[in-house]
Amino acid sequence: MPRRRDAVVRRGMRHVGRAIVEQPGMFALAFLASTLYGAMTVASAYVLGEVVDRVVLPALRDGVTSAGALTLAAAAILGVAVLKILGILGRRLFAGVMGYRLQAEYRRRVTGQYLRLPLSWHQRHPTGQLLSNANSDVEAAWFFVAPLPFACGAVVMIGITVAALVATDPWLAVVGLVVFPLVFLVNAVYSQAMSPRMRRAQQLRAEVSEIAHESFDAALVVKTLGREDVETRRFTGRAEELRDGLVAVGRVRGLFDPLMEALPALGTLAVLLIGATRVVDGATDAGDLVSIAYLFTLLALPIRAIGWVLADLPRALAGFDRVTPVLDATGETPHGTEAAVTGTGGAGLGLRGVDYGFEGAARPTLSGVTFDVAPGSTVAVVGPTGSGKSTLAGLLVRLVDPATGDVLLDGVDLRALREGEVSAQAAFVPQGTFLFDDTVRGNVTLGGDVPDDEVWAALATAAVDDVVRRLPEGLDTRVGERGATLSGGQRQRIALARAVVRRPRLLVLDDATSAVDPAVEARILDALRDAERPSTVVVVAYRQATIALADEVVWLEGGQVLARGSHEQLLAEVPGYAALVRAYAQTEVAA
Amino acid sequence: MTALVEHRSEGAFATLRRGLRMMPEFRRGLPATFALALVATAGRVVVPIAVQQVIDRGLAGPGGPDLDLVRNVVLACAVVVLLTVVAVYRMNVRLFRTTETALAGLRTQAFRHVHDLSVLHQQGQRRGSLVSRVTSDVDQLSTFMQWGGVLGVVSLGQLLVATVVMSVYSWQLTLVVLVCFVPLAIAVRFFAARLAVVYGIVRERVGDVLAAVSEAVVGASTVRAYGIRERTAARLDRAIDGHYRAQVRAQRTTAAVFVSGEFVAAVANVAVVVAGVLLGLDGDLTPGTLVAFLFLVTLFVAPVQTASEVLNEAQNAIAGFRRVLDVLETEPDVRDPAVADPTTARELPHTPLGVRFEHVTFRYAPGAPPALEDVDLEIAPRRRVAIVGETGSGKTTFAKLVTRLMDPSEGRVLLGDDAAGWVPLDRVAFASLRQRVVMVPQDGFLFDATVADNVRYGRPGLTDADVSAAFEELGLGDWVAGLADGVATRVGQRGESLSAGERQLVAVARAYVADPDLLVLDEATSAVDPATERRLTHALDRLTDGRTTLTIAHRLSTAERAEEVLVVDAGRVVQRGAHADLVDAEGPYARLHASWRRSSAGEPQPAA
Repeated sequence: MPRRRDAVVRRGMRHVGRAIVEQPGMFALAFLASTLYGAMTVASAYVLGEVVDRVVLPALRDGVTSAGALTLAAAAILGVAVLKILGILGRRLFAGVMGYRLQAEYRRRVTGQYLRLPLSWHQRHPTGQLLSNANSDVEAAWFFVAPLPFACGAVVMIGITVAALVATDPWLAVVGLVVFPLVFLVNAVYSQAMSPRMRRAQQLRAEVSEIAHESFDAALVVKTLGREDVETRRFTGRAEELRDGLVAVGRVRGLFDPLMEALPALGTLAVLLIGATRVVDGATDAGDLVSIAYLFTLLALPIRAIGWVLADLPRALAGFDRVTPVLDATGETPHGTEAAVTGTGGAGLGLRGVDYGFEGAARPTLSGVTFDVAPGSTVAVVGPTGSGKSTLAGLLVRLVDPATGDVLLDGVDLRALREGEVSAQAAFVPQGTFLFDDTVRGNVTLGGDVPDDEVWAALATAAVDDVVRRLPEGLDTRVGERGATLSGGQRQRIALARAVVRRPRLLVLDDATSAVDPAVEARILDALRDAERPSTVVVVAYRQATIALADEVVWLEGGQVLARGSHEQLLAEVPGYAALVRAYAQTEVAA
Repeated sequence: MTALVEHRSEGAFATLRRGLRMMPEFRRGLPATFALALVATAGRVVVPIAVQQVIDRGLAGPGGPDLDLVRNVVLACAVVVLLTVVAVYRMNVRLFRTTETALAGLRTQAFRHVHDLSVLHQQGQRRGSLVSRVTSDVDQLSTFMQWGGVLGVVSLGQLLVATVVMSVYSWQLTLVVLVCFVPLAIAVRFFAARLAVVYGIVRERVGDVLAAVSEAVVGASTVRAYGIRERTAARLDRAIDGHYRAQVRAQRTTAAVFVSGEFVAAVANVAVVVAGVLLGLDGDLTPGTLVAFLFLVTLFVAPVQTASEVLNEAQNAIAGFRRVLDVLETEPDVRDPAVADPTTARELPHTPLGVRFEHVTFRYAPGAPPALEDVDLEIAPRRRVAIVGETGSGKTTFAKLVTRLMDPSEGRVLLGDDAAGWVPLDRVAFASLRQRVVMVPQDGFLFDATVADNVRYGRPGLTDADVSAAFEELGLGDWVAGLADGVATRVGQRGESLSAGERQLVAVARAYVADPDLLVLDEATSAVDPATERRLTHALDRLTDGRTTLTIAHRLSTAERAEEVLVVDAGRVVQRGAHADLVDAEGPYARLHASWRRSSAGEPQPAA
């Protein structure tokens, strides 16, 4: 047990250290301001004590006072207050900036990782989790920074106070020496008790959120099967666990808060008791007694700041622990230094013994895939459901890397190419289209410098120009979050225009024309082939019309290339292929 | 489809009242909690009283210093302080329990309600924000109620009790203190408005950050395929930076508000000293009282500072609360008659189900062009009907009306048959409806579980062996055999370990085991390879003998096999009949069919 406590405290302290090391300048400024505040707080108590001793008591005792004395007292109180206010302002501003900078910095690092890490990493992590890593977890990790300088200042303040106490009266100092260590003890016990409870609550929060995400995504299935009650029970179960977890957190915090408040109050009372004796003994005077009692009252708030920091550390650690795996994740797609061949028409593709398996899957998705695609040719990848076609398409544009084997573009291993080289040569249109919350133009050009007439030409090729022309602001119409304002077919065609406008040397279409009229599809492929530098096209498809446009067909089954050749060849030689592409023709015969 | 109710401009108190009406559990515990909160404030005034007693009666007592009295006073006060600890602890625990119980209730109520709303399946892009309704919005409310709310109540109680104690000591000095704090009390309103503005901006920027992050995450493959990492990173940086700047600006305002309390306190101290001395000269005030006042003034500062801290929390929480309540108050377009009006709710007859549309018109929004217009038809029980038409012609709307995902704008839909009678769909209890009528949508969502678990979702209680048998019956045994662990294979998040076509196979099996009397397939096999699709649909035809099947498909092979074809064009049913008859007749079906034939037979169409 003691070792675990050490672990929590030590990890907490290391986390605090991390914050200071990352933002040393801001911390120093905030700490200085806090020290000024702390010193002025102690000073204000002493000024008050002096005013009571030298102005108030004599005046009330003797019944006379001078305007000068009163003015001096007022000036002293106000002067100290102004300095104290400067301390507070500095503390809050610098501490705020420090915390916000840390948040922004870690958000940048986390999202930088999101962009850097390979797609296979994304596939392993739920969207909801990645969103909360970048947002609430980062916030939780650095939330304690706001009161941190205050708490550090409070420690200084306690130091000054103890010194002042010792200087004033050793017996009164004893009160401080008992109360302050108690404060730290209560805090330590608190962090210890809180840490596992807090972690559990955070975990349950994440689970509640995951259930909600999944269940709402499944809305149509839930509704059409009438399973709303089952889903509600599932959610309620976890929500109630979360409730119990939060109540458990509350029970600990509920005791900690009043204890932290009571300690300075009890200290003040002890000061009164001991101080009164000392005043009677003539060892100290009433002014000092008032100063110290007042000081304890003022200390209540800074002492709580220490509590805030310590109380928040378990949550901060929990948040940071969720962020760390993202920051530490490796598997960044390394890039080579080579440039691809340019300007000579369609790109040549080669696959050499390519294997690929999803993590945790017993069977590889692709194994030993080897074939070439001649520059400028059109190849259709055909195969039964689940044969690995989409995975293959992703490999061609280096969305993922093969486990073994190589994918070559113009004879160069994709991994050897410079960053950005693959996407400069190849365009990929996935099965599910993704549009950015941007204008139509932005979604087609993706920030590239493309003249409008080329954008229109691409839209025309994708047969979506009429639709865009009818939009209220044409190319400048915002499509809304994930293209919400457009229909599925329109989104798919804008995604096609996005690919076409780049005049790629290699175009990979992963069943991306399912919602597009065959005529439009043919036009797109024609446009790519008739261009000055005809593109190489790899298309995953079922439609015979699409397949018929291909120079060669690759038949994929169970993750392996079982046959290659012309459509007619495969029809004659591969029964599975014939069954698949002629399924409808046979239906007619049967009908 | 109704949009969500929105009360953007509603005041904070109106929101709270609205919310408390909805959370009786919360209201019930409240009075006792407030009573304890009042006791809690006692702990705060007891120290100044002790100071006054010790100075005036202990040290400067009439008979000289009285240490016994000092001891008694200090002990008594210490007891009060300890009692306060107990009271606050009790209050906190009560508060945590009542708020968490009430909020867990609110969470589940909202969750259930969201499932009843059509926005969930009509506007997929809003799902993410609906998730926040049952997660972060409620979390924020809980933080606020337990931290801000209590602090606010205790602070107010503290002001009240401090004022009372002060007036007992000296009404003149009390006036002096109050006069000092009045300008601050007035300024608080101004501060509040200012804080509302700056924190409103912060919240907007948080939204920007979330949107940017979600693009980078959801659009991960697009970002990679198009090499636009830099651009996406720049967007993220911009959003993160904007958020940072808004936070700093808000912090500046908060700090200014915070220190104003400190400054006023100093002024009040000066006023107390000066006025106190002047009053004391007349013998109206003891030294202890004056000192006690200096202690009591500190109690006035805290509430102002607390307010500056709590206000942001409060606004966040209330905005979130309002959003949750708005969801709860949005009437579902389609309500379960068994809940809405149990007396008229009916069961479907236990006979094969036919479908009847009586002059049905549907508009997605009032005034919008109809998606379906004046559809009047009857489908006999046990028929296998294909519904065909171009994208946007109204096929899916038809399916959603039959399954009562939506209600018609005009006319009505009935299920049943002539012998057993026709039941208006909006009278059918959901328990009966969902058991007898099942739709397989194009995107058959899978849960992160095994294949068998997902199929069982259609009919709880099936064993893995039952599920395997179902796949065999559907002619999908080979496919299952090819999976790593057969039906025990995990499908991953959203079923993403399977391909789009494989997910559809599982979704069809799920509907199949549910054994409905009316099966609606809405492009349910669009991503399945033609050979598998053919095998599957043949099996379905064989197995669905005896049930009514409505199939929407853009592959017209389905229509070729159906007993009857409905052709939908621009919201109207324009043709109806057997495939063989329609294909030879003049009309849209012949055109659709010819076009489909060309594309599936491998003849590229001439570019239009």
